[in-house]
Amino acid sequence: MLKISDLCAGYGGAQVLHDLNLDVRPAEILCVMGRNGAGKTTLLRAIMGQLARQSGHIILDGTDIQTLPAHQVPRLGIGYVPQGRRLFGELTVAENMEIGLQTRGRGAVTRDRVLQLFPRLRDRLGQISQTLSGGEQQMLAIARALCLEPKILLLDEPSEGLQPSMIRLIGDTVRALRQTGVAIVLVEQRVAPVLAVADRVAFIERGTCAEICDATDLNTNAPQFQRYVGV
Amino acid sequence: MAFGPFLLLALMEGLVTAAVLALTALGLSLVFGVMRVVNVAHGAFFMLGAVGAWFVTEWVGNPPALGFALALVICPLAVGAIAALANGLVLKRLNYDPEATIVATIGLLYIFQQMALTLYGPDARPVPAPFSFRVQLPWFGYSGYKLAVIGAAAVVLAGVWLVLNRSKIGLVMRATQIDREMAQAFGINVDRVYAGVFAMGAGLAAVAAVLIVPIQQAHYLMGGDPLLLSFIVVIIGGLGSLRGTLVAALLIGLSDGVISVFFSPTLAKIIATLLVALVLVFRPQGLFGRQVTR
Ligand SMILES: Nc1ncnc2c1ncn2[C@@H]1O[C@H](COP(=O)(O)OP(=O)(O)OP(=O)(O)O)[C@@H](O)[C@H]1O
Ligand SMILES: [Mg+2]
Repeated sequence: MLKISDLCAGYGGAQVLHDLNLDVRPAEILCVMGRNGAGKTTLLRAIMGQLARQSGHIILDGTDIQTLPAHQVPRLGIGYVPQGRRLFGELTVAENMEIGLQTRGRGAVTRDRVLQLFPRLRDRLGQISQTLSGGEQQMLAIARALCLEPKILLLDEPSEGLQPSMIRLIGDTVRALRQTGVAIVLVEQRVAPVLAVADRVAFIERGTCAEICDATDLNTNAPQFQRYVGV
Repeated sequence: MAFGPFLLLALMEGLVTAAVLALTALGLSLVFGVMRVVNVAHGAFFMLGAVGAWFVTEWVGNPPALGFALALVICPLAVGAIAALANGLVLKRLNYDPEATIVATIGLLYIFQQMALTLYGPDARPVPAPFSFRVQLPWFGYSGYKLAVIGAAAVVLAGVWLVLNRSKIGLVMRATQIDREMAQAFGINVDRVYAGVFAMGAGLAAVAAVLIVPIQQAHYLMGGDPLLLSFIVVIIGGLGSLRGTLVAALLIGLSDGVISVFFSPTLAKIIATLLVALVLVFRPQGLFGRQVTR
C-alpha cells in the first residue's frame, strides 16, 4: 500500500538516503532496524514530506505523496509518532488529541476508541502534556497519531527510555492495531521487541535498505542483527 | 486643580495610551510568538490603518460616525490583506529565516511609507471623532470618545483572548507556535496559519490606529512611536505572552500618562527605555515570558 522506490533524500546539500527501496503491505508490522545514523528517522521524515524533495517516489495507494505539501500527507492517513515524542508540550492531553482529530478521524467516536486503548490518558485529559511521565507521554504521542485514524502508523523508537512493561504495552497496542487493518512501520533498535511483533524486518545501512527478511526466518542469533545493528 | 483629580486625569490619559498600545503590541507579539518573525514593518501597518481611516472618512463625509464605523471595519481588513500579501510575496520566500525577515520587514516599512507619502502626501490630517460628548466628572470634564477607545480596546482584546484560547483556530495557532514541523505532520497548513497570523497582527495595529486617529492625526511617519513602544511592551511582557503584553502595556501606558502629565513626555520615554534595559539584564525572557526553546 506504501511503495518507496529509488528514494534519495537528505538535509540541504547532504544526502542521507541513497536509492532506498521499501514497500509496506496492508496490515503488517514492518520493523526497521539499523545503526545510529543509518537514516531511519530521515526515512520517516521523508515519508512525512518534511524534507526537500530530491528524487524517487513514495506512492501511497496510487498517489505520489512526495509531490504533496507536507500537511497533506497526514490527511491521507499516515500517522506519525516521532523520535523523542515531540508532543505539543504546553497544550493539554485533550488538546494534543484534538489537533489530530480536527484533521481527520471521526471526532468523538475516534477519541473514545483511542482513549479505550490508553485508559490512563482519560484521567489526565486536562493535564499539560509536558508534565506527564515519560511513559504517559509516549502513550499520548501514539494516541495523538491514532486520532488521525491512520491507515499507516509510523513509529520512531517508541520504546526509547521506557521500562519493559511499557514496551510490552506498546507491542500489544501495535498488534491490536494490525488486527484492525492498520499497517505499522516500527523503528526499533532492540532485538527482543522486534521479534515479538514483527512480520518483516527491514535493515537500513548507510541510507539504503540492505535487506528485508520475514520475521519467521529470524531468531535472536540471526547474523543480520550482528551485521546491521551490531548486537 | 488639586492633586487627586490631577492624578486621576493623568491615569485616564495613561489608560487611553495603554489601551491602544496593548492592541498594537499584541499584534507584534503574536507575529513573533507564532512565526518567530521580528516585524519591523508593524509600525507601518499602524500608519496604514490611520491613513486608511482618513481616506474612508473623507470619502463618506457626513455623518462622521458612519465614516468612522466603516473605517473601523474596512481598514483592519484592508491592512490585513496587504500584510497577507506581503507575507506571501516576501516572508514565505525567505522561509521565515529570523535574520532575513528583519531586513525584509525594514524594506517593507520603507515601501509602505513611500506609498503613503505618494498617495496621501506629507501633511498630518485630522480624522473627525464619531461623537464628541464630554463626560462631566466632579472635578473636570473628560472626552467621551477617549473612554470609548478604552472600552473598544478591551472588547477587541477579550475577543483575541477568546479566539486564542477557546477556538479551534487558536488551538491550531498555538500548536504551530510550539512546533511548526509537528503541526504540519498533523495536517495543519502552516503556510495558511502564518498568513493568517501576520494578517491578524497587522489588523490589530490597524484597529489601534483607527481608534487613535481622532485624537492624534494621520501622518505617513506616525508609525515610529507605536513600533518603539510595542517593542518595549513586548520585551517587558515577554514575547508571545498575551497576559504579559497586557500587563506591560498597562505599566508603560499608565506610567507614560502620569509622568507626561506631572513631568514631561521625554522623561516618560527615558524611564520606559530604562525599564527595558533592566528587564533585559535581569529577566531577559520578560516578566511573563517563557524561555524560548527550539
Ligand atoms: N536536521 C539534520 N540536518 C543535517 N543532517 C542531519 C539532520 N538530521 C539527521 N542528519 C544526519 O542524517 C544522518 C541520518 O540520521 P537519522 O536521524 O536519520 O539516523 P537514525 O538512523 O534515525 O539514527 P538513530 O538511531 O540515532 O535515531 C546522520 O548522519 C545525521 O547526522
Ligand atoms: Mg532516529
